[in-house]
Amino acid sequence: MDKLTRLQQTRYLFARAGFGATPAELNDAARKPLRKVVRQLISDSESFAALKVVEPDENTTKRALRGLVRNGQLDRDMLKERIRMNAEKVRDLNLQWLDQMASGKSAFREKMALFWHGHFACRTMGQNPLFMQQYANTIRQNALGRFGDLLMAVSKEPAMLQFLNNQQNRKNAPNENFAREVMELFTLGRGNYSEHDIKEAARAFTGWQFTPEGQFVFRERVHDEGEKTIFNKTDAFKGEDVIAMLLENKQTARFVTGKIYRFFVNETDDKKRVEQLAEQFYKSGYDIAGLMESMFTADWFYEAKNIGTHIKSPVELLAGMRHALGLTFEQPQTQIFVQRTLGQILFYPPNVAGWAGGRNWIDSSSLLFRMQLPSYVLKAAEVTVRSKEDGDVNTQLLARKGGQRFQVKANWEDFETAFSKTTDADLADAIAAALLPFPLNTEQRTLIETQLNGAQTRPERIHALTAALMSLPEYQLC
Amino acid sequence: MNRRDFLQQSALTTAGTLLIPHFLKAYETQAMGQLPGSTGKILVIVQLSGGNDGLNTVIPFRNDIYYRERPTIAIRPEKVLPLNDEIGLHPAMGSLKALYDEGLVTVINNVGYPNPDRSHFRSMDIWQTASDSDQYLRTGWVGRYLDAACAGKSQQPFRTIEVDDTLSLALKGNNLNGMAVLDPKKLYNQTRSGLVTKLGKEHHDEHESVSYLYKTLAETVSSAEYVYDKAKIQTSSTTYPNHELGNRLKTVSQFIQSGVETSVYYISISGFDTHINQPGQQERLLGQYAEAVGAFMTDLKAAGRQNDVLLMTFSEFGRRVKQNASNGTDHGTANNVFLIGGGMSSRRVLNEAPNLTALTDGDLTYSVDFRQIYATLLHDYLGTDDVAILGRKFESLKIV
Repeated sequence: MDKLTRLQQTRYLFARAGFGATPAELNDAARKPLRKVVRQLISDSESFAALKVVEPDENTTKRALRGLVRNGQLDRDMLKERIRMNAEKVRDLNLQWLDQMASGKSAFREKMALFWHGHFACRTMGQNPLFMQQYANTIRQNALGRFGDLLMAVSKEPAMLQFLNNQQNRKNAPNENFAREVMELFTLGRGNYSEHDIKEAARAFTGWQFTPEGQFVFRERVHDEGEKTIFNKTDAFKGEDVIAMLLENKQTARFVTGKIYRFFVNETDDKKRVEQLAEQFYKSGYDIAGLMESMFTADWFYEAKNIGTHIKSPVELLAGMRHALGLTFEQPQTQIFVQRTLGQILFYPPNVAGWAGGRNWIDSSSLLFRMQLPSYVLKAAEVTVRSKEDGDVNTQLLARKGGQRFQVKANWEDFETAFSKTTDADLADAIAAALLPFPLNTEQRTLIETQLNGAQTRPERIHALTAALMSLPEYQLC
Repeated sequence: MNRRDFLQQSALTTAGTLLIPHFLKAYETQAMGQLPGSTGKILVIVQLSGGNDGLNTVIPFRNDIYYRERPTIAIRPEKVLPLNDEIGLHPAMGSLKALYDEGLVTVINNVGYPNPDRSHFRSMDIWQTASDSDQYLRTGWVGRYLDAACAGKSQQPFRTIEVDDTLSLALKGNNLNGMAVLDPKKLYNQTRSGLVTKLGKEHHDEHESVSYLYKTLAETVSSAEYVYDKAKIQTSSTTYPNHELGNRLKTVSQFIQSGVETSVYYISISGFDTHINQPGQQERLLGQYAEAVGAFMTDLKAAGRQNDVLLMTFSEFGRRVKQNASNGTDHGTANNVFLIGGGMSSRRVLNEAPNLTALTDGDLTYSVDFRQIYATLLHDYLGTDDVAILGRKFESLKIV
């Protein structure tokens, strides 16, 4: 492929830095210098609106609920109902976040936060919606700031401390889970610390606990005040000291930059480039937005070898489709069904290592479902697929049986207007340029145009072409 | 020109196709038959999702501790279907007891792994990937079996099939994924509708990701056609119970009897997360399980295939020994595993019953690593390289 056109570059930028663009947004942005578009994307994401499904004082933890049951204040059926309501709130949080992603207003912030959700993978234990809400807002609020602030804040989130068992990490009964994952998954990566470092760091993190109300607390009575030797330094370290030492270590910048590069640029690492970026990231004091701006404005970012290499995650696919067409689901929980069927439910990562991503998203059934999704969404085709339950009785409501039709509203008017100057003959190529990473080849164009017939009005032609183009395997890529 | 060349030629000249990838119709261009090094045996895996309470499935009916710790949910000794002097099956499992009496069932007690995880999703992850409890693998053990079995050959996802609409991590490999088929006709129709068939014939190799998607699509279209063509000819004479597991095992039997070249089938059924009011729910589920497995083995026996097919049943964990205050049980650790059929020697309980006096934090202590069972099935039964698939050597249980 030769050098990309400005439209292609812009489409690619929006796809990677956010969840794609509407044809109108693309037309508008393609007239501006890329550097300016990148700036705009970043400044559009400066403001932050918190997700809210639960007020702190109306939240009851599962443990507190159990206590109420023991004291006879709540019977078994009421308990079941309360746990169900909590799980529903986590579901609502998921849908609220997805709305934010799809709206496009702070697309870059939300995309970055989605990345951090996979990096700082965390799952709700005991269906606690308040903890999940705080966790979600912490990664969203700090998504573009300094990595050190994000790391510290997310490490002190009750959801994370609970997920990684730090409540069980006490002076006389250490639990190393938290210390291990902070090093292995959040900062240094495997092989860059010793088992001794983990053991000693775990001691430093003793006392990092939380209250049922969702407040971080440092409990001195369970903290191990003794001297610890971590990374060859000895002192009476506390958790904050360990985080500081991890940030001081340039390997953290390398590890995180490498992961960002694989997510935002290309799954195949360019070692030299990552090293340069990591150097910058480290020197800037881990300025995330700065790192991203360097990447998005670099010539190499737009090299043909990076285009179309990223397989959209289910959430990226869903948010992107919604954004491009201004879609809203009349039964929003349908989107949980889509997430579950395709293997990515927000707030339910498979394990502490997050979603595997890339080719792992694709197998015979997920690919077929992805290719049929436009028909389900745009043509209300019948959905006969059923998603799997995960064994947990508390998340059963996240499953939904197939055999129903999606009800969706689209903003076709804006979409159609963007193509008002396009001739009928150019329509397929023009829509493809807005939706796909590559131009259509002759065979594809012919195939796509079989969806048309002479009797269709222009809007009908646009709808038919759009549904067909979104069904192409290429639409799974960006 | 032999049949193989003919099919290859005709596939390349089919009208209306663009560029036919070589893996399309792979099943036709390859001599079908056993996988290399394979024993021609078939493994069927049934996952009981949610953590089945193993102590109320294989019941230590002479153990006072069991009755003391479970005052309202323990199964009374007179109701238990005894397997030996110590343990017996849940009363709803009459069909399984009958299979045991015929010498078709092996019970393995105390199966688990070091540092057990009591969360559903994580423990299921561990069982499906065969990882250590502090290790995160992105591929499943059945998927890696498929990788090993098909290395360097045409892509054949139908060699491992999950009878479901979506694919479990267990069947995802590094290079290949198994396929999910709940209903061969439905899947076939899906690949025949709209653009899918036509796209399945297109081939792009200029971009790696694009090529991967088209390759997967072509494999899907091709495999769906293969499975549908094969399976539609065969109907079973055995009556299966009309519920999810019954229907799925019937599908497996239909595939086996019609000669679909699949060596591992995977089924998961849900509902075993019994925190509240366990007895009725578990009785219903175990009854359905035993009934369905009974029909499946009857069917295979009638077809003369019972020695070629081994069914393994597991759950991601067992439940706590002590019942909770809601007539239920909470998440525990070690559990029992059933192996049924497969031409194994006489009926047996392979190892010691759970020791209720030597618990770990109130949970059963494991003595058999679940990966020993996998290693045994892979090496001794399916005839493949267990070490390559599991990443290291696990001691065989010497049962098949």
